[in-house]
Amino acid sequence: MEDMLFYDRLQFAFTITFHYIFPQLTMGLSLLIVFFKWKFLRSKIEKYNDAAKFFMKIFAINFTMGVVTGIPMEFQFGTNWAKFSELTGSIIGQTLAMEGLFSFFLESSFLALFIFGEKLMGQKLHFLTGFLVFLGSWASGYFILATNAWMQHPVGYEILDNGKFVLENFSALFTNPWLLPAFLHNQMASLVTSSFVVASIGAFYILREKNLEHGKLFLKTGIIFGLVASLLVAFPTGDWNAKNVAKYQPASFAAMEGIFETEEAGAEIVLIGQPNMLEKKLDNKIAVPNILSFLTYQEWDRQIPGMDQFKKEELPDNVPALYYSYHIMVGLGTIFIGIMAFAVFFLWRKKLFKIKPLLWTIMVLAPFPYIANITGWYVAELGRQPYLVYGLLRTTEGISPTVSSGNTLFTLLGFVGLYLILGLLFLILVGKTVHEGPTPKHH
Amino acid sequence: MEIFWYIAIAVVLAMFFVLDGYDFGAGIIHLFCAKKEKDKEVITKSAGLFWDSNEVWLVAAGGMLFMAFPTFYASAFSGFYLPLIIVLWLIIFRAIGLELRGQFKYQMWKDIWDKSFGISSLLLALFFGIGLGNLVRGVNLGGVIDGTSTYEGHFFFLPLWDSSFSPLSDTPGVIDWFTIIIGLIAVVTLAIHGANWIILKTNTSINQKLKALVFRLNIALMALTILSLVVWQSINPNCFDNFGKNPILLFFPLLYIAALAGLFFTKKLKKEVYAFGLSTLLILGGITSTLASLFPVLLPSKNSINPDLTIYNMAADSYGLSVALSWGILGFILVVVYGIIQKRLRAGKIDDMEYGH
Repeated sequence: MEDMLFYDRLQFAFTITFHYIFPQLTMGLSLLIVFFKWKFLRSKIEKYNDAAKFFMKIFAINFTMGVVTGIPMEFQFGTNWAKFSELTGSIIGQTLAMEGLFSFFLESSFLALFIFGEKLMGQKLHFLTGFLVFLGSWASGYFILATNAWMQHPVGYEILDNGKFVLENFSALFTNPWLLPAFLHNQMASLVTSSFVVASIGAFYILREKNLEHGKLFLKTGIIFGLVASLLVAFPTGDWNAKNVAKYQPASFAAMEGIFETEEAGAEIVLIGQPNMLEKKLDNKIAVPNILSFLTYQEWDRQIPGMDQFKKEELPDNVPALYYSYHIMVGLGTIFIGIMAFAVFFLWRKKLFKIKPLLWTIMVLAPFPYIANITGWYVAELGRQPYLVYGLLRTTEGISPTVSSGNTLFTLLGFVGLYLILGLLFLILVGKTVHEGPTPKHH
Repeated sequence: MEIFWYIAIAVVLAMFFVLDGYDFGAGIIHLFCAKKEKDKEVITKSAGLFWDSNEVWLVAAGGMLFMAFPTFYASAFSGFYLPLIIVLWLIIFRAIGLELRGQFKYQMWKDIWDKSFGISSLLLALFFGIGLGNLVRGVNLGGVIDGTSTYEGHFFFLPLWDSSFSPLSDTPGVIDWFTIIIGLIAVVTLAIHGANWIILKTNTSINQKLKALVFRLNIALMALTILSLVVWQSINPNCFDNFGKNPILLFFPLLYIAALAGLFFTKKLKKEVYAFGLSTLLILGGITSTLASLFPVLLPSKNSINPDLTIYNMAADSYGLSVALSWGILGFILVVVYGIIQKRLRAGKIDDMEYGH
């Protein structure tokens, strides 16, 4: 039983982590593509159109990867989490089915038209197809976040005698107080990833002295969007989410902030430290007193319950992983704001394109928002433990009763191998597209 | 309400087999018939331009099944764990094959991804058929050993095969000689459908040969269909009762027979689209006939202890199903609109259309 749970969780974690490399780029990138296309419609300057089409190629590669790694996610609800599906399917099935019907069809239909139909449709319709791709990809994010929000903070349900969750109020799924902050935070984080990637490709072209005109456009657009998105991720959306966790999942809040003991006169904020689970304290701690109470409740001496206030069965089962994920996400987010602010400052002083160290930094920064996004999701998912549906259905109760650990280990290893190949091929494809540049001579 | 969702899901699933079916079929034809580089390229393109919008239907069918029949989703997906994961891997291999082939110009690169596309298309068609065969044959629900269930009555786990390899075994595996027959039917059907698609959408040098091939495949299909019916009758003597009770359901098998008969005249048809239409009807007829004979059962039980899984004991609550009806209708209308826009803008032969990201 222990083994089964472990491998089911590991397989889901591995496949969703790999899957989420792709949508986090496409969601933000679709907005940037719409922006480039809109600039082109207004200015008729060809480089904006080149940019839109170039990034749609990158989008398409990511979309394909997202589709083929996304189908396993949907399947795994049934294959590995059968009991969970059986008990909650009539609720989360709603939002998942809506995602299929309302967003995938929209996204895939108009993506194809955007790529193949520019000459047939004319520029205005081409812009419209781009906009519909954006709409589809954000709708997809919205429905997934609605599903996750229900698991984090269940609403609008009724539990029958046989343990099944049934829907009592459909609209509650979408007015869930967890949903909007989580959705906006997630979308802004996705915009961080995509603007950093756009800026990184721009910096690469400038440093290589290739496609200079496009490179400058990419860099400029990337850092401006990057700065705005990095700020919005932290405030108000990140702040709003943290307050939700404090309110609805206080045990997770204590664990992610690393508060082992409740402080009577206001909680300190931990900047650095390593959780020591044996002695129940943080090693090498650097902390600032009372700040956490202020940030969370705007009261300096507000008491925040630490992990000592909760029973062991209510606390997340992996406190260090949750704590590190949270601190890595917040730390990276802070660094992002700093670097982007620097870059925008030098852009304003018209020096950016000459400062090589900064260009190098921006170029190699591209992988880090991926780490921040994924650790952010680890905070959400590890924080929800030990529950699948917070407070109501434990993770141990959700796994498939008939699938043995050996079978899951076999398929997990298969996924690891296959995704390794897939990842390599993905890099080759993106690398080739970047190498060809926004104005390839002939395909 | 259950019946409505059952039909809706059947429609979406049938759309998946019709649409993605032609690119699976194109893969099978590609594997066995395409010899010249130009043909290989065009056939890959005839699948590559469309596969991802077609596969969306699978995702939609999965989501709807999850919503409307969550218990069935849970028991079938965990019970068919191994074949489903294998299907996922094949879907990935197929997609990579299609997307990567054109990326580099040298021949070995193209060859390896051609095989990846062709072989995984073939195996996917086979596995989908085998899957359908399993739904028809039934499984050992509840994992009954010596008269007692190992799990709750609606759960089960199927090994890939059982040592007897027979559909008559009490504990059959995923693959046995009956499900293989259904698997072959799927392969042949999709090969016919794919050939018609290639004839419709391209001007390859093998188009004429493919018309002759459709004729021969059709003979094989007829033989396999008769064989499968005989075997099915022997596994489950009551399998045609629904048609006796409700003769109107006979429309579906008649559709299948008419399409099968019509396909013998592929060469004489005035328009290529008619042949494609016939193989579409063939797939629709095949799926609907199977579902009509099973209705309302979703998965038959192989033992007398645990009852069959039916749309009534597997469905979600009625409030959920009726709410979903309102957004479901809106969604369907939108999907149809997108489909029409797409078809209009991408009509005609695709030989010279630009392809590749």
